[in-house]
Amino acid sequence: MSKPEKLIENGIRLDGRKPDELRPIKIKVGVLNRADGSCYFEFGGNKVIAAVYGPREVHPRHQQKSTSAVVRYRYNMASFSVEERKRPGPDRRSIEVSKVSREALEPVIFEEYFPRSAIDIFVEVLQADAGTRTAGINAASIALADAGIPMKSLVSACAVGKVDDTLVLDLNKDEDNYGQADMPIAMTPDGKITLLQMDGHLTNEEFKEGLEMAKRGCVAISEMQKAALVEKYSSQVEGDVLE
Amino acid sequence: MDKKLVIPGEFLSDDINRADEGTYVEDGKVYSSVFGIASLKNRIKVVSLSGKYIPRPGDMIVGIITEVSFSNWIVDIRSPYEGLLHISEFPRRIENTDMSKYLNVGDSIMALVADVDPTMKVELTLNDQRLRQIKEGRIIEVTPSKVPRLIGRSGSMIAMLKNETRCSIFVGQNGRILLTGKDKDLDLAVKAILKIERESHISGLTDRMTRFLKEEKGKQGKEPEKEVEKEEIKTEEHIEEEKIAVEHEKVEEEKSGGILDELLGNGK
Repeated sequence: MSKPEKLIENGIRLDGRKPDELRPIKIKVGVLNRADGSCYFEFGGNKVIAAVYGPREVHPRHQQKSTSAVVRYRYNMASFSVEERKRPGPDRRSIEVSKVSREALEPVIFEEYFPRSAIDIFVEVLQADAGTRTAGINAASIALADAGIPMKSLVSACAVGKVDDTLVLDLNKDEDNYGQADMPIAMTPDGKITLLQMDGHLTNEEFKEGLEMAKRGCVAISEMQKAALVEKYSSQVEGDVLE
Repeated sequence: MDKKLVIPGEFLSDDINRADEGTYVEDGKVYSSVFGIASLKNRIKVVSLSGKYIPRPGDMIVGIITEVSFSNWIVDIRSPYEGLLHISEFPRRIENTDMSKYLNVGDSIMALVADVDPTMKVELTLNDQRLRQIKEGRIIEVTPSKVPRLIGRSGSMIAMLKNETRCSIFVGQNGRILLTGKDKDLDLAVKAILKIERESHISGLTDRMTRFLKEEKGKQGKEPEKEVEKEEIKTEEHIEEEKIAVEHEKVEEEKSGGILDELLGNGK
């Protein structure tokens, strides 16, 4: 697709959103039976699935830490997740995304509760539409809670960016490709930032304003994450859930 | 209601002295650290809805031998950590070379967690009156965090189950449950236990279970041929568990004298 003439018209974006509006989100908890915790997460056109295993024995053995658990995060894009077939397997980009996503979640996990063990997180991107790493982190954080792993809090993530000199929340594919800046952010609901990346250019003021926008976005997402977790246990059987 | 469903990071209380399991304290406030059911009576604690078994000294568990090494049996205890049963923790003196004669790979045991060190080395023992090798019965698995619920307040739930199903039930803290009794009774007990696991987070569990058991027993009494249908709608988990039990029985058939017989000198 070639560059559209205007990405924002009369304050409305190409997909009909306002600048500070998130894409529609759909969450399902516990979709995989084999995993200890799992989550399916739709973020606009993004479709990702996260699976958490563990704490479990560490293989290979030399990776194990004697005083805490090792957290391993694998971000992987399916070959059919993008328009042009993606060559399967890890590449430079997915290795980087795996690393930063792991570091976005590690601060909230009580790793020291499980010495000599491993917590494995797998994130598979089934369909990509800009912002897959944020979708992956959102999904992984729910899957971790579903697996019963002790955490300080959930982690929520979303991106801000600049298109047509306007700050926008949660960029879509076109805005990502043709915009001036993209800044994915992950944080806990009380505002501790665990991931912040940026490509493109923002002024000091824009950065500050963008950060505030992303914070509001993350708070909104964290509410949805909570609702999804509660939903898993209220929809199962008739009767009063302890609430 | 002093119980509620909470997610990690949810604020629970200002009183840090009452903080217990499943919580953490930050800036003088108590927060939940797991996704589970919080109870705010007396101690503030959160019981996780899922999670792995973490061994603690004094726990009674059901383990399966996975390896026989020089002087230890290595036992799968359904945890990130393996259990070690030293030869000296066997109820009587045996030689290194004879270890697999008494307990071999695949055998199940009831064991006691004797010690867990900070590096999570788990030492087991069989030196206890209540413990023995498992020779017959069915083993099923439930989420370890639901075990307290299955046992009930001072053992009320499990006592009721035992009574109603006429099975003998041993609940391991690691979520493995050994059931012995007649086949039909076992089916009912397994069904009941899986129901408890599924619905442990919904209030009024004991009443519901009493009703459930009455209904099921009524069905059994009236139409015994229904059994066939029930077989078909068994859950996958259930079938798997049955496989374990069947395998177990096979093992038992192969060698006539179990450990108890040997202990009593019946084999010789």
